[in-house]
Amino acid sequence: MSVIAFAKNWNGKFKNSSYELVSYTKELANKLNTNLVVLSIGEVSNDELNTLGNYGADKVVTVNDPKLNTLTSRVYAKVISQLADKEGATVVVLSDNNSGKAIAPRVSVQLKAGMVAAVQEIPVSFNPFIVKKRVFSGKAFGHVQIDSEKKVLTIAKNCFGLVENPVDVAIEDFTPEVDASLFKVQVVEEEEQKNKVILSDADVVVSAGRGMRSPENWAPVEELAEVLGAATACSRPVSDEGWRGHEEHVGQTGKVIAPNLYIAAGISGAIQHVAGISRSKCIVAINTDPEAPIFSVADYGIVGDVMEVLPKLTEAIRNSKS
Amino acid sequence: MKILVCISNVPDTTTKVKFKDDHTSFDDSGVQWIINPWDELALTRALELKEDAGNSVNEICVIHVGAASADATLRKALAIGADKAIRIDACAADAYYVAGQIAEYLKENPFDIVFSGIESSDYNGSSVGAMIAEFMDYPGISSVTSVNLDDDDIQLTRAIPGGKQVLKTETPFVAVVQKGITNEPRIPAMRGIMMARKKPLEVKPAAEIEILTKSVKFELPAEKGACKMIEAESAEQLVELLKNEAKVL
Repeated sequence: MSVIAFAKNWNGKFKNSSYELVSYTKELANKLNTNLVVLSIGEVSNDELNTLGNYGADKVVTVNDPKLNTLTSRVYAKVISQLADKEGATVVVLSDNNSGKAIAPRVSVQLKAGMVAAVQEIPVSFNPFIVKKRVFSGKAFGHVQIDSEKKVLTIAKNCFGLVENPVDVAIEDFTPEVDASLFKVQVVEEEEQKNKVILSDADVVVSAGRGMRSPENWAPVEELAEVLGAATACSRPVSDEGWRGHEEHVGQTGKVIAPNLYIAAGISGAIQHVAGISRSKCIVAINTDPEAPIFSVADYGIVGDVMEVLPKLTEAIRNSKS
Repeated sequence: MKILVCISNVPDTTTKVKFKDDHTSFDDSGVQWIINPWDELALTRALELKEDAGNSVNEICVIHVGAASADATLRKALAIGADKAIRIDACAADAYYVAGQIAEYLKENPFDIVFSGIESSDYNGSSVGAMIAEFMDYPGISSVTSVNLDDDDIQLTRAIPGGKQVLKTETPFVAVVQKGITNEPRIPAMRGIMMARKKPLEVKPAAEIEILTKSVKFELPAEKGACKMIEAESAEQLVELLKNEAKVL
């Protein structure tokens, strides 16, 4: 009956998404009148595992095997399924991120468990089991019923928040049966940007578009991002032109993000861009055109020249800190 | 080597989404249908690999689970350059069902590589590709931003938060691809459109696959409140509002 939450770690550390997952599944387990088991795969210290206890994880199962530090989705899915069988779990929940997208569908097939991705909230009902998710790239919501006994969910970032619920953590080791033949994907090289806030993790994002007029004008964007501890992003034309890297492109075919604050400077707000940002908690738009579509999705707007407004905003934030 | 590209048939991105039957089903009247944008990128990359003499890719097929109304979209895929299209004649109930159908086809008709777009722009399930990999017990890699096959040596790039990994794997495998896999989706040329008519579009009956989930209703989002406008000189006011009203700073 239990609920299993797979809490991913990155180089042995959890992120806010891991804690949000624990918060969500704790609530879910309570509503289902059952217990929560949080699973961690890879080398993670007991101190780090104990941090899961701040959000209600009273039982943490750890597969502390260095061979499993790198994600091989086929293997991770097998580990999760084996634990699900062992614990008699009926619901398995992961975060909707790169690793969740790779692993959850495999668990769904292994357990013959109906799956719904990027769920927005605690289930709308439990009998029948119905969850709400976004459809049509954010233009609507869909209510999906899972009819199978076992269920797999992934939860959308920022759908639930972090809920502190401090408990003592009982840590248990688990040794899954994983055949060596399953490791068919090898990492040859890895590149990670250092000293930059990661866009998909960021709480605050400063994004800019063609309204900046030239790639040489990005300093005000970067300065504002720095003073806010924010990640930088851009619209599609900007990345297509090569003004900024592809990894900064936010939109329907780029990254879909859900930060607390999204500042859109010189971005008109085409539908495809909005599809990437509509889940932001708060959107601020700066544009010279008062008719720009971005203002119909923004919470706060300034009609003005980005080259003047951005530095003023940076200054105002610096002043508010001191 | 043969590549199978999974194709979803979706409403054009500018479609105004509406529902009918008391919000229980999608109203497709007047909708323009297109190849799911990520699947289009996947197909384009598959064709680039076929055209590259440095590997042995010699056949690109596309597969779709759906009704005859999707045939026009499949003809477009043929016009873009696919060699053959296969349609499993069934209503695409959910991701597990679709993946199960494609897996049944693969068991009879093996391919070296299966491409699938990271999600479809209608139901955003992001599941079919990895489910196919599991049904077939193949390695599968998601968030793939590049696929290279120099001399059939397989090298893929996978996006990770704030970076990327270069991976090696072996056939048969499933690659779930996203933006970066190629530059622009290919547009069918006149010649391609003419040739598409002669290329095979095979229709296969559905296999017995369980349906584990169902859509029960849809909801349109609540109307967003008006945007609060602030004077360009009043940056401090905005910071104040972000701190105390929106509480995001």
